[in-house]
Amino acid sequence: MANRTTSALLYLDAVSVSFDGFRALNDLSLTVEPGEMRAIIGPNGAGKTTMMDVITGRTRPDKGDVFFDGSFDLTTMDETQIAELGIGRKFQKPTVFEMHTVEDNLRLALKGERQARKTLLWRETPAEQARISEILGIIRLGGVRGRVAGSLSHGQKQWLEIGMLLAQDPKLLLVDEPVAGMTDVETHQTAELLKEINRSKTVVVVEHDMTFVRELGVKVTCLHEGSVLAEGTIDQVSTNERVVEVYLGR
Amino acid sequence: MTGSPLIRALDRGAVAFIFVLVAIGIAVPLLNLLLPPSSPWHVPTYLVALWGKYVCYAILALSIDLIWGYCGILSLGHGAFFALGGYAMGMYLMRQIGTRGVYADPIRPDFMVFLNWPELPVYWYGFNYFAYAALMVLLVPGLLAFVFGWFAFRSRVTGVYLSIITQALTFALTLAFFRNNFGFGGNNGLTDFKDILGFNVQAQSTRAALFAISVAALIIGFFICRTIVASKLGMVLVSIRDAEARTRFLGYRVESYKLFVFTLSACMAGVAGALYVPQVGIINPSEFAPGNSIEAVIWVAVGGRGTLIGAVLGAVIVNYGKTTFTSGVLAPYWLFVLGSLFVLVTLLLPRGIVGTWRHMWQKHRERQDAIASAHAAADAEAAPKPAE
Repeated sequence: MANRTTSALLYLDAVSVSFDGFRALNDLSLTVEPGEMRAIIGPNGAGKTTMMDVITGRTRPDKGDVFFDGSFDLTTMDETQIAELGIGRKFQKPTVFEMHTVEDNLRLALKGERQARKTLLWRETPAEQARISEILGIIRLGGVRGRVAGSLSHGQKQWLEIGMLLAQDPKLLLVDEPVAGMTDVETHQTAELLKEINRSKTVVVVEHDMTFVRELGVKVTCLHEGSVLAEGTIDQVSTNERVVEVYLGR
Repeated sequence: MTGSPLIRALDRGAVAFIFVLVAIGIAVPLLNLLLPPSSPWHVPTYLVALWGKYVCYAILALSIDLIWGYCGILSLGHGAFFALGGYAMGMYLMRQIGTRGVYADPIRPDFMVFLNWPELPVYWYGFNYFAYAALMVLLVPGLLAFVFGWFAFRSRVTGVYLSIITQALTFALTLAFFRNNFGFGGNNGLTDFKDILGFNVQAQSTRAALFAISVAALIIGFFICRTIVASKLGMVLVSIRDAEARTRFLGYRVESYKLFVFTLSACMAGVAGALYVPQVGIINPSEFAPGNSIEAVIWVAVGGRGTLIGAVLGAVIVNYGKTTFTSGVLAPYWLFVLGSLFVLVTLLLPRGIVGTWRHMWQKHRERQDAIASAHAAADAEAAPKPAE
């Protein structure tokens, strides 16, 4: 383990990724402090999801540094190792285990032994059971705990996935478009939920929905063509001329 | 998901199924050995051998269901592991022939004498011991599956690509085993067996015993599979099947899980092959034929993948159909029947026999529950309040 070089929990410096000549990320630099909640906005193709892929080890950057907690070089690790470090990810499209019950989805996500050998003889402890009930309360799915996840509504699946992130007990949560396809009430509830989570964890939210981002009331980073276009409060960013230009088209 | 892994594994359906298997495993040999051939309840020896073959196929189907039904690994080359187990057993049986062969060589099997091989190749050493051969039955398919899986899963080869590679694997083995200089009897394979552990393989009592042992192996295989799928390990396997990336991001090492079940499944297939060979009396390269592996996948699809019991039933039903068909005037049409069976099952019965039955039963239960709760609500409404 190298010496800590930065106080940031997540540190990206001059990261570039290209796919067949298309530069998805272009010298992207971004830092997220411990305990912070950050909203990432940007038009389609700005590189938001690619950035998540780089952080979680799904995509290797062509160049640049990605450090977690100041000392872990994420560019040399794979998805499993990064997940074990304490980075949880919610996908853009809600991805839950459709054939398992809501409860079992959380059970699988719950922090604990991940080795095949250990899972064969695994027995649930009362502490684990209590933690699952607690999370079910937080994500408001206590009433459907025994139902198969595939039968949930779109919004409920989104929450279940957030609940699975919580169960993993990560230090950093990457949340990709949590309110896509949600009703206004659900959007509002999701904002409350994320704020609640942010009390103990660092959160990075990628979102299109401006009302939602405004409701979060946190520092906003706007990406465009693979690099940072503007950073600041939602009011600063949304009045920035370049941002307006990018969003409305030139 | 509570209780010890053992209790979870043995749910009502599993216990009932094991009871049925135990009954068959005891009854068939007894009805064959104890009753005179004139009795209407007598099971003729040829049927014992035939059913014993079905039981071996059922073990193979079970091994495929474990990886395909629960982990989404569609192997179209499982016949290779089956045949390797069969060859390991065949090599033991060949060494038991001794001087009773046509050329009466005490060490070398007939085909080696015929090919003018001066001595036994090194890889045939040890196969005169049953224990060694039994170990090889597990080790050879297991090792091949481990090495193959290690490369395939680490490189994240999935879906249809994996299926094609497994198909190529079994095809390559067919070609290799067809060669005389490969040292396994070439085209003719291994046959003319005499003894197994000192008992005549042709004898009625040996056949009955082999049947009972095959059923015992099926029960053990079923129990192992049940234990796995009912554990948290089984939950992770289903998760990998349904959302592999999600499982990875939760911190599970997907390739280790896949490698574990794939290797275990190959060992099971090997045992099935080893039990098959003494009952049919021959093993040759045609057992590696790609078509065999595909046929085995059809058994599982027909019975219902991801149900275990369905795999066993599918193997028995389809093979019973095959025996009936191919011994009558309809013999030339068997392949058409098999092909259309697969198409029809895929279109009309995608869950297979057992899967469809379970699905309908669940729907029925849900309806009953809904009616019951509606009645309960109506009763509660109608009943006078306790305070009044």
